[in-house]
Amino acid sequence: MEYFVIIIGAIFVNNIVLSQFLGICPFLGVSNKVSTSIGMGGAVTFVMAISSIVVYLIQYYVLVPLGIGYMQTIVFILVIAALVQMVEIILKKMSPALYQALGIFLPLITTNCAVLGVAILLVQREFNLLESVVFAVSNAIGFTLALVLFAGLRERLELADVPKAMKGVPIAILTAGILAMAFMGFSGLV
Amino acid sequence: MSNLKIFTKGLIKENPTFSLMLGMCPTLGTTTSAVNGLGMGVATMFVLIMSNIVISMVKNVIPDKVRIPAFIVIIASFVTVVQLCMEAYVPSLYNTLGVFIPLIVVNCIILGRAEAFASKNNVFKSMLDGAGIGLGFTLSLTLLGMVRELLGSGSFFGYKFIAGDGMLVFVLAPGAFIVLSYLMVLFNKFTAKLK
Repeated sequence: MEYFVIIIGAIFVNNIVLSQFLGICPFLGVSNKVSTSIGMGGAVTFVMAISSIVVYLIQYYVLVPLGIGYMQTIVFILVIAALVQMVEIILKKMSPALYQALGIFLPLITTNCAVLGVAILLVQREFNLLESVVFAVSNAIGFTLALVLFAGLRERLELADVPKAMKGVPIAILTAGILAMAFMGFSGLV
Repeated sequence: MSNLKIFTKGLIKENPTFSLMLGMCPTLGTTTSAVNGLGMGVATMFVLIMSNIVISMVKNVIPDKVRIPAFIVIIASFVTVVQLCMEAYVPSLYNTLGVFIPLIVVNCIILGRAEAFASKNNVFKSMLDGAGIGLGFTLSLTLLGMVRELLGSGSFFGYKFIAGDGMLVFVLAPGAFIVLSYLMVLFNKFTAKLK
């Protein structure tokens, strides 16, 4: 039941993009097509799942015993950057097909604040290892869901007749606002 | 480029929020009130100025291949400084901004200025650039926070002049997107007239 609450809470109620405002850059940047947004979502899910495990182990077996919790920000960002590089190298060797699909999105993930944000949040909320992984994966699913929904809307927006000053990013952000309003309907669910 | 121009370009021409559209996460996430937006802007500005100064000082020492990780470490150090100072001196603001303080590290504005400006220019110019862009970011965030606070809770910098609640939706998530979108439209109209 607890896991169920974490999953529903992360995907719908506190959606990482639409109510926590993490990962807005890729949300606006790579949401022009449904197919690319699925690729980006896959890459984020992959990295977030692994990084949640690594970050958990580092926090409770390195930072806390050594008493250097204040190094959290520096250590986490370096770990995530190194991890993304490593995932890229391993994928290239082990599964070229998956690398082809996710490859171009991987370097972008280092600066995706959703990954670092989830890492910090799961430490803040004092989850155990399994809860951390569930929390990270459900947040990644929430990210993918928001991205794919938004990409679908933006594909339609291309054809719409939009006032000149509103073309491009402003109308996209306004659409995101309406989408966020729709997601507010889930609040109170858990 | 003259020094004055380096400083003023961040305000309108290269305004990080409305013109370059960088650093959107803190822009949307922390502007529930004018004070929160101002606090976030000042914290980011401090990190931006300091990291620009340090990076322009050490730019000749860092090998080209590892420059991005080196920049990130420098930025992360200053973010930690800000984080600890805010926790000690303004704990209430620290708690409201929450996860967005450590996330200054991944704010693309800071790494972007390090890469595009501080790694190519001298210390004084880099400092001016950091101050200009940082001020542009602070002003945008404060403006956005001000509008949201005004509509959402009927107050101005915490001074309440309308009894009861405002339109709560502007303080919540959708309001952030909607207000930012319309401010961008106004900004586009305004700059189109200037040209």
